[in-house]
Amino acid sequence: MEFLLAILIGGLFSAAIYMILRRSIIKLIIGLSFLAHAANLLIFTLGRVIRGKAPLIQEGSKHITETVADPLPQALILTAIVIGFGVTAFTIVLIQQVYQSVGVDDSDKLKASDQ
Amino acid sequence: MNAIVIAPIVFPLILGLITLTLWQNRKMQEIANVIGSAVMVLISILLMKMVLSDGILVTQAGNWPAPFGISIVADTFSAIMVVISSVMGLAIAIYSISSMKNGFVLSDMLQKRQQFGYYPLLNIMYMGINGAFLTGDLFNMYVWFEVLLISSFILLSLDGTKLQIEGTFKYVTINLLSSAFFLIGVGFLYSLTGTLNMADLAVKIPQVENQSMVTVISMFFLVSFGIKAAIFPLFFWLPSSYHTPPISISAIFAGMLTKVGVYSLIRVFTLIFITDVAYTHTIILWISALTMFVGVLGAASQYDMRRILSFHIISQIGYMIFGLALFTPLAIAGAVFYIMHHIIVKANLFLVAGLVKRVGGSYDIRKVGGLVNTYPFLAVMFLIPALSLAGIPPLSGFWSKFFVVKAALELQEYFLVFVALLVGLLTLYSMTKIWNEAFWKNNPEKIPAKELVAGLFSKQNIFMTIPIILLALITLSIGFNPEPFYQIADRAAHELMNPSIYINKVLGGAQ
Repeated sequence: MEFLLAILIGGLFSAAIYMILRRSIIKLIIGLSFLAHAANLLIFTLGRVIRGKAPLIQEGSKHITETVADPLPQALILTAIVIGFGVTAFTIVLIQQVYQSVGVDDSDKLKASDQ
Repeated sequence: MNAIVIAPIVFPLILGLITLTLWQNRKMQEIANVIGSAVMVLISILLMKMVLSDGILVTQAGNWPAPFGISIVADTFSAIMVVISSVMGLAIAIYSISSMKNGFVLSDMLQKRQQFGYYPLLNIMYMGINGAFLTGDLFNMYVWFEVLLISSFILLSLDGTKLQIEGTFKYVTINLLSSAFFLIGVGFLYSLTGTLNMADLAVKIPQVENQSMVTVISMFFLVSFGIKAAIFPLFFWLPSSYHTPPISISAIFAGMLTKVGVYSLIRVFTLIFITDVAYTHTIILWISALTMFVGVLGAASQYDMRRILSFHIISQIGYMIFGLALFTPLAIAGAVFYIMHHIIVKANLFLVAGLVKRVGGSYDIRKVGGLVNTYPFLAVMFLIPALSLAGIPPLSGFWSKFFVVKAALELQEYFLVFVALLVGLLTLYSMTKIWNEAFWKNNPEKIPAKELVAGLFSKQNIFMTIPIILLALITLSIGFNPEPFYQIADRAAHELMNPSIYINKVLGGAQ
């Protein structure tokens, strides 16, 4: 499972970098979303993927005795996904504004604020 | 629970909500914001006093004991940053009263847009900034970064002009990249140590077997915080976005936001990533020299006051990182002192630029002139922060450069000392350029239209002048009486260089 996830994460990172390096601003935003997803999946995988073992203490026992899934990375990812969702919503509105003011979908044309 | 530690986070939220409910009434918003910001200054000074008398203050969110819950920690360094951010908040609150209105600066439509969200967003941003300063948990720091970033995105694009939208686009893109790097670093750290509490990390990192992995992770954090702090070669977003919003927003961004990045760099590279100082801090050292030099060269080719000042932010960031990279108690104290001085001076220069635009009609220094005759007081108010930025004794910039350079001399880094002093000279050159063009030379055109020319203390400009005088007085008091400020910086450096104090307080002092 970890092996498959690692390949998926690698694929997402390379797709993200490819998209970010494109000149189209829409593809840039898609690339940034890929990057965020790749980072989230990375945290998920780094927290060890353990299947079907909820982190619950058995009745009568005071400690967790066997290997269980770690709930914390999932909580972190949940936070990161929610934040990423809000930011993506903002960037989509922003690129619509950029397109309205520049008129082309080309990040090379965004030179006005650099001069 | 220690309420004073979380007050600097909670209070701006409350103030933001109050200003949000008053959004139909501009006057009330202004009054509420000024009073609230003044209260915030008192809260932060109280926090500072308590930190100075009782040492590091810790509160655990939800009373979960230290490595499990989120710790909110106020050490001397955090307290210094919170005090400065609240002083800046007060200055900007007063400045905004004049600068954000008056028909000749902004059209009615733009004023309306600003009415919608300016004050609430500003306060939410302070919440994020103070949260980032006070948190003791790495993932929590990520969340505070996002809070301040999202508010800053909107503040930057509030007017919706073409320049602003383009500037915001660049700013948003690079900051999302930085956040992704941060998250990746956090993920790797968690998998190595199983904790994200900074004090706990500081305990567990030296026990990690695979130390080369720790160094790799530290580079993720260097890139992520480096983008936010605008270090070489990650600074290009700054001069292409900071000059676009209204000047009061530029000033607070210039003063505080990059310094949040510097704060985080200093925090993680004095507390967590100190296992391979010879490697990591040498990288930071060379980055700092390049940051100083490239920043000041960038400024030399510019004629827009705001862009000159933006490039100077980069160059000054270099000095702070320089202090961190030298990694001796004196150097860290110098870096902390530098941050204290820099935020006040840099924001003040932006505020002066706003006033120059108001009375001279343009940010482009080629188009204004003769202000030394028409506004001699403004000329003096420009000279104080400008000479301080360049490091002329006895102003505050001299002392901050003195401490950093002295630390470098003790380590016999003569080449870097040479770079630092040369950059000081070039800074003086650019400040002289602004002085010659905007103040000294004759006005290239006739005096601008009559309604533009109002005295500094006239009704429409008075609220822009007050914060400038306030910040200039702080600069002068740091300059002529550096001893107490240095002692506080020294204390902060002592705590930063001895992480065991921090670790014991956070992990041992569960309440």
